[in-house]
Amino acid sequence: MKKFLAVLHARNMEFLRDRSALVWNLAMPFMLVIGLASTFSGGNKEIYKIGVVGGIQRLASVAPALQSTLHIKFVPYDDLNVAINKVKHHQLDMLVDVSSSQGWHVGDAVAPLPNPPPLGEGTKERSHSRALGTNESLRDFQVKYWVNSSSPNGYLLERIVWGTEGQQFQRQAVEGAEIRYVDWFLPGILGMNMMFSCLFGVGFVIVRYRKNGFLKRLKATPLGAFHFLFAQLISRLLLIMVITTIVYAGCNVFIEFNMQGSYWVLLLVATLGAMCMISIGLLIAARTASEEFAGGILNAVTWPMMLLSGAWFSLEGTHAWVEQLAKIFPLTHMIDATRAIMSEGATLAQVMPQILVLAGMSVVFLVLGALVFKWE
Amino acid sequence: MNPIISANKLTKHYPGVVAVDGIDLAIPQGICFGLLGPNGAGKTTTIEMLEGIHLPTSGTVMYKGELLGTRYREEVGIQFQHTALQEFLTVRETLELFERLYHHTLPISELIALCSLDDILNRDTRKLSGGQRQRLLLALALINDPELIFLDEPTTGLDPQARRNFWDLVKLVKSRNKTIVLTTHYMEEAYALCDEIAIMDKGHIVSQGTPAQLLSDHFGDVVLQIPRTDAGSRIFDLGLNVADAGDMVEVSSSSLHQTLQQMMENGVNLDRLRIRAWTLEDLFINVTGKYKP
Repeated sequence: MKKFLAVLHARNMEFLRDRSALVWNLAMPFMLVIGLASTFSGGNKEIYKIGVVGGIQRLASVAPALQSTLHIKFVPYDDLNVAINKVKHHQLDMLVDVSSSQGWHVGDAVAPLPNPPPLGEGTKERSHSRALGTNESLRDFQVKYWVNSSSPNGYLLERIVWGTEGQQFQRQAVEGAEIRYVDWFLPGILGMNMMFSCLFGVGFVIVRYRKNGFLKRLKATPLGAFHFLFAQLISRLLLIMVITTIVYAGCNVFIEFNMQGSYWVLLLVATLGAMCMISIGLLIAARTASEEFAGGILNAVTWPMMLLSGAWFSLEGTHAWVEQLAKIFPLTHMIDATRAIMSEGATLAQVMPQILVLAGMSVVFLVLGALVFKWE
Repeated sequence: MNPIISANKLTKHYPGVVAVDGIDLAIPQGICFGLLGPNGAGKTTTIEMLEGIHLPTSGTVMYKGELLGTRYREEVGIQFQHTALQEFLTVRETLELFERLYHHTLPISELIALCSLDDILNRDTRKLSGGQRQRLLLALALINDPELIFLDEPTTGLDPQARRNFWDLVKLVKSRNKTIVLTTHYMEEAYALCDEIAIMDKGHIVSQGTPAQLLSDHFGDVVLQIPRTDAGSRIFDLGLNVADAGDMVEVSSSSLHQTLQQMMENGVNLDRLRIRAWTLEDLFINVTGKYKP
């Protein structure tokens, strides 16, 4: 224990006194959160995602103009409630339910369109009044759609729908509190920052130690590899958790994040996620003495995680194998669980699958790292 | 006396290279043992196998009659040729870090006094001079009060003053009945510090013994240096042990009077004659085959 604490303390001191690295670790996530909050609040995404309950084929017959609009991806869903939840969490920009439509046909008389409801009024069911054509009845207008009032994409899609298909689309409320985009991407940004800090912060440091001979000096002492690696893990874990907490609290002052669940469960998930990614960093750095090689491997690990873990955008509607592939990344599980806790108030039991995966991965990577570790 | 450390048929192979080829060593307790050799002779590989840092391809290393184990790590002190320390720590913090890695340690205050670290205790280790850094590294090697200390080229790159200060420190450590294994490129350092030396070349020990014994075994008592222009070409025909040394010729002699008389009788101009003793450097060059007197 004495040896572990000695190495832990020394590593903490090294990190805290390296002011440039410390400031950068604190400043970067702040800048990312605030920068992206302002960027995406303005709304400049170009790809739209619409969930369809009732089948894409049916949508094509019910709303051909919408279905043929470019730059919109249609994602089929069987369960309406699941799909509504996706809208709520910005994983879908819009949801259309064509399962109960009674066969509205192109060419039926359509009255002039009223303006769509303004942004922010999406919490109540809306019924648009207009003059009906002679062949129409109310049952012809049961194509319902859902958008998140705080979603800029949802707002734009709503305009498109009204422009292409008219009033037969009825706006529905998204039940419960809607989630702002910033609330959706916050776990992704913090998770990504943790990933970079954990992987590069640990991986490069150990490679540097090996390259400059410090590890060889430690090898000449009674210190064991496991003690050394565990001290590195705990040191980085403490630092990243403190930094992430500061960043979260600091940003929360300006942005007031939506937090439905328990902070303790959130802390547990974040801790396990960080531990898992540090363990990967330790494993990558277990043998190599080349910073270039380590950098290549770290990039090969971080880039797929960054793109496929749902940090930046939802994987809804991608190929099934992509969604399966994403599950091998700890960041995916961490972000999924974090979003569930923050946005849906998920309990410890509800995020237990992700917790178990993260804990299991941590143990496997740490043990593997200790087994293959070389001082030189 | 039982050796504190011994090696039996120690061999180390790297792909395509035999770095160390069946070395036998036995180092008695309480002496300073010098391991000398040209670059690539295998001395660092040998010393790192003795330290337990590298495993030999074959052969064994015994410490106090036992194979190296966890006890060895607690009882040995090592100063590597190239060592980095944890960055952003002061000298005191670095000492405290290493102190906590051992069960039995010397008081830090004693080490500070022994290695003259008082003035630099609160200095960042990255800002130490070469001499200060070597004193700190020696203190780290001594922190567990080891019985056996390895010093791998500890004075390389130091100025003459710092080097001599370091020698004094090593002598002080040696006076505490510690066993020191030293590698160095400086023959005067080996001569000043070592009780026994081994010279390695191409993975073998080519000569071993006390410095005085080795010099007397390989050379005469003195060497006479005469400018080539004064010596003329006849000196090579006198049956003396003569070597070409650039602008000078060097004559090895066990009988100074007889050699001088022979040269005077044969008309060698001795006006600018210089006489010096043989050194370990001469021995080193002699036994590693780069220069034959």
